[in-house]
Amino acid sequence: MNTLGPVPIDTDDSASLVVELIYRLKVRDVMTREIVTCTPDHSIRHAQELMREHGISGVPVVRSRRLVGIISMDDVIRALDGNYIDEALVERMTRNVIVLEDDMPLGFAISYLEKHRFGRFPVIDAAKHLVGILTSRDIIIALLVEINREVTRLERNQPTNEITEEGFRLEYATRSFDFETAGRLSTETKRRLTEAGVQRAETRRVAVATYELEMNQVVHSQGGRVTVVFDSASGLVTISAVDTGPGITDVDAALTEGFSTANDWIRSLGFGAGMGLPNTRRVSDSFEIESSASGTAVRVTIKTGGKGDAS
Amino acid sequence: MTLRNMAAELNLTVVQDGYDDRTVERVYTSDMLSDVMAHAGEADVLVTIQAHKNTVAVASLSDIAAIIVCNDREIPDDMTAAAAGEGIAIFVTGMNQYQVSGELFTRLR
Repeated sequence: MNTLGPVPIDTDDSASLVVELIYRLKVRDVMTREIVTCTPDHSIRHAQELMREHGISGVPVVRSRRLVGIISMDDVIRALDGNYIDEALVERMTRNVIVLEDDMPLGFAISYLEKHRFGRFPVIDAAKHLVGILTSRDIIIALLVEINREVTRLERNQPTNEITEEGFRLEYATRSFDFETAGRLSTETKRRLTEAGVQRAETRRVAVATYELEMNQVVHSQGGRVTVVFDSASGLVTISAVDTGPGITDVDAALTEGFSTANDWIRSLGFGAGMGLPNTRRVSDSFEIESSASGTAVRVTIKTGGKGDAS
Repeated sequence: MTLRNMAAELNLTVVQDGYDDRTVERVYTSDMLSDVMAHAGEADVLVTIQAHKNTVAVASLSDIAAIIVCNDREIPDDMTAAAAGEGIAIFVTGMNQYQVSGELFTRLR
């Protein structure tokens, strides 16, 4: 828990992947949970010993799980200077502690570090109990781990497309909260169907279903794959969307227009109207859905007039 | 009324002008993109405050020819670029959705 300077990332100019990450990650996902604490009647010397023993630069002061103050290396040095190192912490600790709440997005913590220039922030939960401590090092480690995971996913995310005389098969991966590349599959599908001469209204039905299924994965899942298969002889389009969880708790509710579990940020982008699955079902000729904690699978078919039927 | 006439009459700022000047017959106003997908049907113009790339994707999939962004919302560059790629017009206005819808409703009635 040694401290570095502020984290050199901001929410305005960073890559969208990073902005998504610092929004998606919560303080509780990143903070250190093993906390070294003092009580108000401990001496400053005791706090100093704890700092030396654990290699840390500040110790929260806690009474019955509640944060009442904080003592930092600076305070210790001042105590040595002023010759009051054996006094109780309650006399000298900083009482106006700036804290983070465990459900705040990480982006918040980063701007706090920038604004206040403290090395560490105690983290409290909804019951105002001290549950962790967050340093810039914690943030940097968490971001590195997550960015590594995302880059690995992006490297694997090469579309696999087959296009033949008999039709096509397009498959794209989706990533949680990746609005940047979502919609590629539906755009590509629409283009190909138009080229194949499928009627505009039918193409639009396919595009709506594909887009909604892509967006559903982006908004609600940990990521997955959406596949579109077009058989030009029969005109049948089959769309399957399979994700890796966390599953839909109440499938019937999710199929009800207006029901949504999306958060405010998602809604502010214009998604989460609770129409994704209902829209998909409405434009489909057949619609099957299965969902469990390990993932959701949706399979949809749409009958088009097939190749060369454009009129 | 064509898209170009509409832009002139309503004094809209043209942000993306690489588009076919088609006739405006139907308009749809909504900020929920799923709702646009569900109900915009054959609308030519979408009136919204959603100034981002996904609006262009939805417009493209729904065959919408132009997007009017209300309340002078700033248009990100990647939105303009996406719209240029799809040949979808983008206009901006200081009017809100109600005012733009009213202006268009009166003219198209």
